[in-house]
Amino acid sequence: MTIRALVRGAALFCVALLGQMVAFVALIGVLASAVLGMVFLFPPVVRLLRRTTRLSRRLSHAWSGVEIDEPYLPEPGPPVPLSDGWYRDGRSLYRTPRIPAFNRRMNWLLKDSATWRDFGFLWADMWAGGLLAGAPAILVALGVFQLAGGNPIGLLWPVLALGAARWYAPWAVHAHGVIARVMLGSTEKARLAQQVSRLARARTDVVDSQAAELRRIERDLHDGAQARLVAVGMTIGAAEELMESDPVAAKALLAKARDASSTALRELRQLVRGIHPPVLAERGLADAIRALALDTPLRTRVTVELPGRLDAPLESAAYFAVSELLTNAVRHSGATEAWIDISSQGTKLRITVTDDGHGGADASHGTGLAGIERRLGAFDGVLALNSPMGGPTTAVIELPRALQTVRGRPPVTWRTVTMGICWSLCWIPIFPQGFVAMILKLVGIEEKSWFLALHLPEPFQWPTIIGMILLGAGMLATAATLSAQQRKDKDLACA
Amino acid sequence: MRVVLAEDLHLLREGLVHLLRAHGLDVVAAVESGPELLEALVTERPDIAVVDVRLPPTFTDEGLQASLTARKRVPGLPVLVLSQHVEQLYARELLADGSGGIGYLLKDRVFNGEQFIDAVRRVAAGGTAMDPEVIAKLLASNARNEPVGRLTPREREVLELMAEGRSNAAIGQRLYLSESAVGKHTANIFAKLGLVPSDDDNRRVLAVLAFLNEK
Repeated sequence: MTIRALVRGAALFCVALLGQMVAFVALIGVLASAVLGMVFLFPPVVRLLRRTTRLSRRLSHAWSGVEIDEPYLPEPGPPVPLSDGWYRDGRSLYRTPRIPAFNRRMNWLLKDSATWRDFGFLWADMWAGGLLAGAPAILVALGVFQLAGGNPIGLLWPVLALGAARWYAPWAVHAHGVIARVMLGSTEKARLAQQVSRLARARTDVVDSQAAELRRIERDLHDGAQARLVAVGMTIGAAEELMESDPVAAKALLAKARDASSTALRELRQLVRGIHPPVLAERGLADAIRALALDTPLRTRVTVELPGRLDAPLESAAYFAVSELLTNAVRHSGATEAWIDISSQGTKLRITVTDDGHGGADASHGTGLAGIERRLGAFDGVLALNSPMGGPTTAVIELPRALQTVRGRPPVTWRTVTMGICWSLCWIPIFPQGFVAMILKLVGIEEKSWFLALHLPEPFQWPTIIGMILLGAGMLATAATLSAQQRKDKDLACA
Repeated sequence: MRVVLAEDLHLLREGLVHLLRAHGLDVVAAVESGPELLEALVTERPDIAVVDVRLPPTFTDEGLQASLTARKRVPGLPVLVLSQHVEQLYARELLADGSGGIGYLLKDRVFNGEQFIDAVRRVAAGGTAMDPEVIAKLLASNARNEPVGRLTPREREVLELMAEGRSNAAIGQRLYLSESAVGKHTANIFAKLGLVPSDDDNRRVLAVLAFLNEK
């Protein structure tokens, strides 16, 4: 365990070193394309950057257990020719799609902040996470180097490193992952952009299906109740005319009018049930589902655990989803029993519908399930269907933010304070006390200024410098971990 | 017979008052909201209450709730509930105390004045009047139920009418059967469903409804 973490830490440091080299190459490429106008160098440079950071992302997922999703904007599609076959890009027209396509790609790479964050990460990785993770290996190397030079203090460092490795090494590997996530993960902006595109899609779906629904209602009213009421009016008119001359026929006509009005009412009732079931309006989701369960021929058990009523549109979406699932169970599954469970987890509403049928249901077939998904999608809800051949079928509907009561954890003060101190002061040990002191020592300048390490006796100077850098990296890692935790809490509170 | 009426639509309320009075019933109160209804039921102690499910102020199931509360305070108070739609769930709640004197009909049924008044009188006498649509739903949800499936088509017809709350004589009239033939059918039905037969019409109906509600 410890050995593995040590090896991984050393490997991460090597990867960070490699990244540092890539960063140099990329810097040359960027400068060449920006200053010398060799723009064709830019896309391959970015590709190189992305490949290197992809390696870091994968390693941090595999070794640190920290998952980092790729934050890049979606790649632009190929340019579309105008009606006359030319390609337009800004104010220029091109005969072939080559240049507009290149410009699009260029724009896409240049304007994506993730490109520059990748670049920044490769520069910083070695000094922050890499050094943190590789520290034990570096100490061992330092010790070996000093021993080879005949300095007995060199023995101290490997012993220290290996002794502390037990708790330090796994933590450092994890901390590297957390730092990598802060720098390589999606930014708030990228996440919002993705969410906006998802919402736009959901909105289009909702608007479309709502329009279709209204058209259906209009048609039903027009062909059904409205037509029947016209007939009723005409029949009553005819009866009125016959009242004097033929009272018997008039009476028969009136009976007919009464029947027609009954039929019109029945049709209206069905229509209303399809728009918004009366029990749902009168009693809310729980009783509406119970009423639904009573009406199906399946033996259905309903358990409900809800703190209160939901918003009407949500109730309606949940109701129709359950209704469709039950209808499917009756029609296709050959089930005799069904179980419906409605419960809440925080602000999330979860409905499980299980039947004992023969299974094999598939969400990609049939419009019913797709309709449910669309309807739920408008509320960020999802439908998960598990229906192996031979059954049973379980459908789980989840609607986030369905319940109003937000039970977010109150903000923790000590965390905010620690985070603030770490973020604002971590540069002091890393740079002036660490790297600058190191450079001064390497160059051999006598000036001691306020660099603590240079005031100490010779044998303690290097360890102090390395210790300072480690301290700074540790503060950076702590700050990053705490911020990540805070963001997760915030997401939970919103979810 | 003294009637309390609760209906929030003015036109329908006037129509119902007119219909009830034309058949010699005495409408002692015609109210339009849930709280008023409860008050009238408890103070007037009518022979029957004719109640719309959806009433102000909440326009949910105010009328139903008021009726159920009143029946708790005045056990056996006959209530005929009218609604634009019928639900097994509500029928169950109304029948839950098992004491009869319950009616649950679609509003359309008032179109046929004779039959409606017949239902009112039946409920006032402690019987039941269930809408054919409720019974149809009950039977549909019992479709896969073993004993119900063993009934002959004729027995099913008799069962439906019986569950609506009709007497043997009325069932015979409907199906053009003699009363003794209906009696034979009901005996068969009770045997197949495993229920204890009873001479009392009301108790018989309640037993059948309780059986169908078990599911």
